[in-house]
Amino acid sequence: MKNTGYTMDMKNTNTINSEETICDIQKEPDIQTIQKKQKYLKLFFSTLQLSACTFGGGFVIIPLLRRKFVEELHWIDEQEMMDLTAIAQSSPGAIAVNASIVVGYHVAGIPGAMITVLGTILPPLVIISAISFFYREFRDNVIVNMAMTGMLAGVAAVICDVVITMGKEIFRRKRILPLLVMSASFAAVRFFHMNIILVILICAATGAADTLYHNKNRLKRKGGF
Amino acid sequence: MIYMELLLSFIQIGLFSIGGGYAAMPLIQHQVVDQHSWLTMTQFADVMTIAEMTPGPIAVNAATFTGIQIAGIPGAVIATIGCILPSCVIVLLLAFVYYRCRGLSIIQGILAGLRPAVVAMIASAGISLIILSFYGQRTLPDDLSSLNGISVLIFAAALLILRKWKINPIYVMAGAGAAGVVLYSILP
Repeated sequence: MKNTGYTMDMKNTNTINSEETICDIQKEPDIQTIQKKQKYLKLFFSTLQLSACTFGGGFVIIPLLRRKFVEELHWIDEQEMMDLTAIAQSSPGAIAVNASIVVGYHVAGIPGAMITVLGTILPPLVIISAISFFYREFRDNVIVNMAMTGMLAGVAAVICDVVITMGKEIFRRKRILPLLVMSASFAAVRFFHMNIILVILICAATGAADTLYHNKNRLKRKGGF
Repeated sequence: MIYMELLLSFIQIGLFSIGGGYAAMPLIQHQVVDQHSWLTMTQFADVMTIAEMTPGPIAVNAATFTGIQIAGIPGAVIATIGCILPSCVIVLLLAFVYYRCRGLSIIQGILAGLRPAVVAMIASAGISLIILSFYGQRTLPDDLSSLNGISVLIFAAALLILRKWKINPIYVMAGAGAAGVVLYSILP
């Protein structure tokens, strides 16, 4: 649709030269608002679709968002996605909602965040409202249970896939400290059931200390020269 | 007023459920069953089961269900809004700080420290899901060989497809659901 609009414009400006500038001035903001609108719509429908598929807990939305916004749309890069995940992780509330908010904010500011929140809560809101009238039948339905058991295995595979992809990124750097932080925080969460906020604070402090140490060394070296 | 009570109750749930998902369960129970008696314990257990079977965060699902039982559709909407309100404010504040300060080397350092931790936490959540999927319970059983063979099969096939062909995870999840229906119907 956008392409045909452009070629029509070209034809017009070629035949009527005097109107060229007026046309351009009027078209410029028009195209921008259309693009903005399209971006909002894309944000809304992307999160709506993803949220409708987040079975098995909040973390499932991370690979889905990553796939959509990093790999498909290229609106966010790999590093930023990890930073945004860290923000979503360290805030209270549902991870899926938090992750949608940061992604929406990253792409289109506050309006973007509002749009993605709406897209994220609408599917569960509608589905639970509908099911609440016959939830006992739904819960005890054999077919539903078969599909859910199968889907749980699929969800576990999706999470594993994203862990392998993200973990590879960490290993590729070949630095000891990130690997140490990764194994230590895994053990802390998995085996010692440590409070997540505490883990996040310790890792943040470790990162900050590491940077300060490196900066200091660099300054020393500079002074020596 | 019931709407106000719902709103305040779910704001508390949204504000204090850190770490997401199952961490929110006792909080929801405290508010909805113990404090306000909006749901009975059986109803609450039902909600948790349904929440696991349907998409969306557990807290949002519980908010919608409770709201609709107590005050119809408007109740569901208000409870859900309450549930996500604290997230909206805190996440946006953090995001704002992130974009303001991410150029600073110290913030870079902090984020570099957090990235491996994020991977570790997702890995831990993944292992919980694998255990739940393979054994049908949250903790490893004593007898490790009591695996659900069909789940293992679907898991392996899904992971292979994801790694090899990079297919959209949504299709893989839908395919896994369909495979579950077919395999459980055919096999005893």
